[in-house]
Amino acid sequence: MTRLSYTKALNRALADELAADPAVCVFGEDIGVGLAGPTLGLLDRFGPGRIVDTPLSEQAFTAMAVGAALAGRRPVLEFQIPSLLFLVFEQLVNQAHKFSLMTGGQAAVPLTCLVPGSGSRDGWAGQHSDHPYSLFAHAGIKTVVPATPTDAYGLLRSAIRDPDPVVVFAPAAALPVRETVTWDLAPVPLGRARIHRPGTDVTVVAVGHLVHDALAVAEEVAADVSVEVLDPRTLYPLDRAALAASLERTGRLVVFDDSNRSCGFGAEVLATAAEELRLIAPPRRITRPDGAVLPFAPALDRAVQPGREQLRHALYGVMKHH
Amino acid sequence: MLRLIRGFEELALGLVKSGAIPGGIHPYIGQEAVAVGVCSALGPADRLTSTHRGHGHVLARGAAPHRMLAELLGRVDGLNAGRGGSMHAADLSLGILGANGIVGAGAPIAVGAAWAAQQARLAQQAQLAQQAQQAQQAQLAQDDRGSHGHLPVAVAFFGDGALNQGVLLESLNLAAMWRLPVLFVCENNGYATTLPAATAVAGSATGRAAAFGIPVEEVDGMDTEAVRAAALRAVRRARDGDGPGFLECRTYRYEGHHTMERRMKLRYRTPAEVEAWRDRDPLPRAAALLDPATAAGLDRSVAEQLAAAEEFALASEHPDPAGALDHLYADGLRPRPGVTP
Repeated sequence: MTRLSYTKALNRALADELAADPAVCVFGEDIGVGLAGPTLGLLDRFGPGRIVDTPLSEQAFTAMAVGAALAGRRPVLEFQIPSLLFLVFEQLVNQAHKFSLMTGGQAAVPLTCLVPGSGSRDGWAGQHSDHPYSLFAHAGIKTVVPATPTDAYGLLRSAIRDPDPVVVFAPAAALPVRETVTWDLAPVPLGRARIHRPGTDVTVVAVGHLVHDALAVAEEVAADVSVEVLDPRTLYPLDRAALAASLERTGRLVVFDDSNRSCGFGAEVLATAAEELRLIAPPRRITRPDGAVLPFAPALDRAVQPGREQLRHALYGVMKHH
Repeated sequence: MLRLIRGFEELALGLVKSGAIPGGIHPYIGQEAVAVGVCSALGPADRLTSTHRGHGHVLARGAAPHRMLAELLGRVDGLNAGRGGSMHAADLSLGILGANGIVGAGAPIAVGAAWAAQQARLAQQAQLAQQAQQAQQAQLAQDDRGSHGHLPVAVAFFGDGALNQGVLLESLNLAAMWRLPVLFVCENNGYATTLPAATAVAGSATGRAAAFGIPVEEVDGMDTEAVRAAALRAVRRARDGDGPGFLECRTYRYEGHHTMERRMKLRYRTPAEVEAWRDRDPLPRAAALLDPATAAGLDRSVAEQLAAAEEFALASEHPDPAGALDHLYADGLRPRPGVTP
């Protein structure tokens, strides 16, 4: 038994995959010293041929990873800042993601992008606080947002082993989470949701760090509302069977999602539920506002992020319908 | 090969006109010496990335013309099973990592492939050295040390338009910093679509590469032998572990940027300019090196090959629409359809 931090879990997942498969390598900025955490100590253990400190050339090193993947490697890319993903949308969406189909199945591009510290980091302002997982889910890139250290470990390992590109978002607000774990951590399959708390009145689909907020609120309102907390873990492909099974039990849905509202992940879950599943109350979603840019001042930053009070309000709102 | 590419493109132009090829093509006619000269300098383990004007590179690298033509027609027997078309033709078995629809995008992909080749070689050497040490055969390691020894190279083809893409400059830097076995081949045909290079490129193509410490050569891109000789020099250096090379091949496309231009009567170059370049056509130059009987024999064999390719490609079936998203994911994941069942 040991205490495992979220960042250490990512570090162990990387080390275990590097040890298991000589094709795995890591590209990124300041990864030699382990500035962001997940690559700490890996350079000493695996050497500069596999832990590749890159110049500030995100577009080139991302496309390089595509080329290396086509030549048989299994690259992991670390991005220090979530907004850097906007720079490499071309390389990920237009190149990596499209190669398998465009080549008629000749090519696979098994690369993994890791974003340690996605979403707001308190005080990092507009260009360091984005949470663009919905963009990747929309583009059809496998998209993972682990909430806990064990899921971070297991999902990162599965992402690296997956034959397609995968983006792994590690929310900044989840990084302080620690768990007591046994030593035998295991890969967690992509595309499977996790029920963190069973309930019978309302299903809360919570993403990433918001899982922990949802669990706290569920506990607070337990006397009034029986809340089921469903963590999709993989946003794309979404575990629709788990969503359907949960709504079969509860019939009420609230999505707790750190995306911008319009065309965000929450919108997709609501649309899926409305089209295909049985609801006894109009569903709700708690998201960032449309087109949000996070302002700098802490109170403003918090004002545009989904919060516990909003969730509490939504839970009582959907319970008015019987 | 020059004739094959020329004949293939003429055939393809006819099939665009007849409507058999959907969407049109970016004809390579006029630039054949570049693809043929460079690809003739490569070996079986080498790789290349190509451009939107990629037919010449793909054919010169050895892709089967009948399957290439079937790809342009969007048929099941195409190189990419009809999923890629003209701008994405690829044959991974020949190290062709794809034509590419985004200007400049292939260069860093080639750099990544070269990095993988370099690392594989280094890992192999380390293993060899370790074995040698264990067997106390120091000499074996000694012989191998200091030379990368016949590294596979990656060629990045791109046009003058790509010189203004940041990612290309990033690629030059990374390849130079890490001494990667990359051959950058700039096919300067004078125009980025309709924009003359003279009004778009400050400094020079070779000046940009030289600024990164990369050895550069300016080559007559209408002269197959000159291109081949320069490519061989750069490839040899890259194979020996001396890092990337950069060729600027001055060339010209006789046709428009894209076949849609045939209907548009755009005025960005003069007929006299096109004619002047036609006078320097690489095909007669190459033919002059052969005796007339050999040249005639080659012409016949290319004509037969292309006739067979056309017959094959036109007979190949159209893909079943039910498989429109086949191969979207390498693990076979089936995406949700666009309507609720």
